[in-house]
Amino acid sequence: MASLSDRLQDIFTKLKGKARLSEADVNEALREVRVALLEADVNYKVAKDFVASIKSRAIGSEVLESLTPGQQVVKIVNEEMMALMGGEQAKLVVSSKPPTVILMAGLQGSGKTTSAGKIALYLKSQGKRPLLAACDIYRPAAIRQLEILGEKNNIPVFSLGDQENPLKIATEAVAHARKHGNDYLIVDTAGRLQIDEDMMREIEAVAEAVNPTETLLVVDAMAGQDAVNAAKVFDERLPITGIVLTKLDGDTRGGAALSVKAVTGKPIKFTGTGEKVEALEPFYPDRMASRILGMGDMLSLIERAQSSLDQEKVIAMEQRLRQSKFTFEDYMEQLQQIKKMGDTNELLSMVPGMGKQLKNIQVDDKQFARAEAIIQSMTKVERTNPAVINGSRKLRIARGSGQSVQEVNRLLKQFEQMQKMIKQINAMTQGKKKGKIPFGLPF
Amino acid sequence: MGIFDKLHGGLGKTRVGFGTKVLDLLTGRYVDEDLFEELEEALILADIGVSTSCELVDTLRGRARKEKIKESEALRAALIEEITALLEETGDGETGLSLAEGKLNIVLLMGVNGAGKTTTIGKIAMREKAAGKKVILAAADTFRAAAADQLAVWAKRASCDIIRQNEGGDPGAVVFDACRAAIARKADLLLVDTAGRLQNKSNLMSELEKISKIIDREAPEAVRQALLVLDSTTGQNAVSQAKIFGESAKLDGLVLTKLDGTAKGGVVIGIGRETGLPVRLIGVGEGIEDLQDFNAYEFAKALFTE
Repeated sequence: MASLSDRLQDIFTKLKGKARLSEADVNEALREVRVALLEADVNYKVAKDFVASIKSRAIGSEVLESLTPGQQVVKIVNEEMMALMGGEQAKLVVSSKPPTVILMAGLQGSGKTTSAGKIALYLKSQGKRPLLAACDIYRPAAIRQLEILGEKNNIPVFSLGDQENPLKIATEAVAHARKHGNDYLIVDTAGRLQIDEDMMREIEAVAEAVNPTETLLVVDAMAGQDAVNAAKVFDERLPITGIVLTKLDGDTRGGAALSVKAVTGKPIKFTGTGEKVEALEPFYPDRMASRILGMGDMLSLIERAQSSLDQEKVIAMEQRLRQSKFTFEDYMEQLQQIKKMGDTNELLSMVPGMGKQLKNIQVDDKQFARAEAIIQSMTKVERTNPAVINGSRKLRIARGSGQSVQEVNRLLKQFEQMQKMIKQINAMTQGKKKGKIPFGLPF
Repeated sequence: MGIFDKLHGGLGKTRVGFGTKVLDLLTGRYVDEDLFEELEEALILADIGVSTSCELVDTLRGRARKEKIKESEALRAALIEEITALLEETGDGETGLSLAEGKLNIVLLMGVNGAGKTTTIGKIAMREKAAGKKVILAAADTFRAAAADQLAVWAKRASCDIIRQNEGGDPGAVVFDACRAAIARKADLLLVDTAGRLQNKSNLMSELEKISKIIDREAPEAVRQALLVLDSTTGQNAVSQAKIFGESAKLDGLVLTKLDGTAKGGVVIGIGRETGLPVRLIGVGEGIEDLQDFNAYEFAKALFTE
C-alpha cells in the first residue's frame, strides 16, 4: 500500500507535467487526492472539507492562468495542510505556580505510559526536574513499567501501588512534587474507552483535583475513522490542551495528524517517532506538511544532528578529514554518531526528494552493525593503515567478526572509495573560501 | 446467555456509532441514489476502506436493480448477506483457535505496539486452562519495560507456568527455553507473547522470522499457528500490517481486539479480501469471557440489526 506521501506526489507529478490546467484536470486530481486521504485514514468529513477548500482556491484564475499551474496547486495544498494541522508550533505551557501538572489521557494501547516517560526525559534534558505519577492501577504491571522507565532515565516516580485510587495517588503526587522541588508532574493514567462512564468520571475527578496546566490526549497515528469520535468525547469531558501523536514512525503518514486538530481544535504538541525513550519530537505543522508532500524536512534533520552529535568530536573529525587522514577509527566513530541520530530510513526520508526515490530501498541498520563488527576485529595497526591487510589478515578479521571474507572485502573497498572521495573534496575546496563539510560526514 | 446475545451485547456500544447510523439510513426509506451515496460514506466511516466500500455499494446497486429492491429494510438484509459472504470467503471456514487434541499446540501472537497481545494471551490462557488444558506462557517480549511482569500477572491468574528471562534478553532464547519446557512438561498449549513492533522496522520483523525458525527446530512435532492481533480502532494501516507481518511469519488469522469501543473493525473485511486472512477471535470486553470465537454472520448481523 503506497503511503499518502507517495500517492499525493504521484498525483501532483501528473499535474505539474501539464502546461495548462483545466477545471476538469483540477477536479480529477482533487478526486484522487480525496481517495488518497481517505485511504490514509484522514477523517471522512475532514477530507471532504479539505478538498473543498483547495478546490475553491485552485479553480480561481490565479492558478488556471499561471505559467506553472501544477506548482500553484501544490503550494495551495501545502498551505491548507499547514493550516489544518494548526499552522504554528504549539509549545508546552508552563504554570506560574509550580509544579506544572501534565495529565495524560487516552484509549488503551495508544502509548500513554511510554509517552509519559518520553516527555519526562525531554523535560529533564532541558534541565527541568520532572516527577512521574503512576495512576494506572488496572493494567497488570503498568506501574512497574513506569517505574522501570523512571529508573533507567533517572527520573523519580511517585506510586502508591495498585490498591489506592488514582485520585488519591494524583493528589499526593502533587504534594510530593511541591515538597521535593519538582517543577513538572506528569500523571500517567489507565487507558479507557470514551464510552466507559465510570472510567471517564474517574479521570474527570483526577483532572479536577490536580488542576492540570496541560491535559494531553494520546492518539495512535494508525487510528482509523473512529479516532475523531474518541478524541471528541475526551475533549468534551476533560480540559484537553493538546495531542501527543504516537507511533508516527510506522508506515502510516499523516492521517490522524491531519484530522485530529481539525476535529478537536487542539494542537498536536508532540509526536512519538520510535521505540527509544529519546524518540519524542515537538510537532511542527509546516515540517509535517512538507514531509507529507515529499519536500523533505531538512530543518528536523539538522536539529536532530545538532542534538545528538558530539560537537567536539565532529570538529576533530572535520580537521582530520581536511588533512585527508581518514582511518577506520574515524569511520567507526561516524557509524556510531549516525546510529545515535536514529533510524536510517527515517533520516533519509527527511532529505528533500529522497522519500520517493527510496521507496523500494530499505537501508538495513544491521549493515552498520556488520561494519562495526568487522572494524572491531581489526588490530590497531590495521585500522590506521588498512594497506597492511593481506589475505591471511582478512581471513582472521572475517572469522573474528563472524562475517564472510567477501563482506570484509566489500567494506575495505567502500572505505577506499570514501578516502578517495575525501581527497577529491579536499582538492576541490582548496584555495576556495573555506568550504564546510557538513557535520564532518562524508556521506 | 447465548453466544449471539453476548456478541450482540458486547457490540451494543459499537452499534451506537456505526450501526445506528446505518440503521437510520436503512430504516423506512426508499432505495434511491442518495441512499447509496450515504451508505458509501457510512461504510468508509466504518474503516471498511474506499475500494471495498465502493464495491459493496456497487454490488448492492446491482442487486437492487435485479431483484427490484425498493425498501431500505430489504437492502439492509442484502448488505448483511454481502458482508457475511465477504468474511466467509476468507480462510478455511475454521474459527476460534481449533487446537489439536493430544498434541502440543504453539500459538504465536504478534502485532504492533499496544494492539492488545499480552491481554489476549492472558484471556486465552484462562479460557484453555478452564477447559482442562495444560498451558505455558512464553514472555518473548523482552523489550518493553515490565512486559514480562504483565504476563506474569496473567500466568498467576490462570495458574499456569511462565517462561521468562531478564528484560533486554534475547527473545529467541526465551522461545527456545519455552519449547523445551513445553515438550518436557507435556503441555497442550504454548502461548508465545512477542514484543510489539511496527511493520516497517525490518530488523524487528526478522526477529520474528528467527523466533519462527527456533520453533521449527525445537518443536517440529507441534501444531503451530501465528495470529496477528489487531486493535479494532486501527484504520487502513491494518492492511499493511497484515501484509507485512504475513511476509515474516506465516499468519493463520487475526484477533480483533477492543471491539467494545465505538470503533468498528471494518478493516478486517478489506484485509480478508487482500490477504485471505480470516478473523479467529474477537475481544469484546475486559472480562475473560469476553474473548470469543469469531462468527461472520453474527458479526455482520450484530452490526446491522437491532
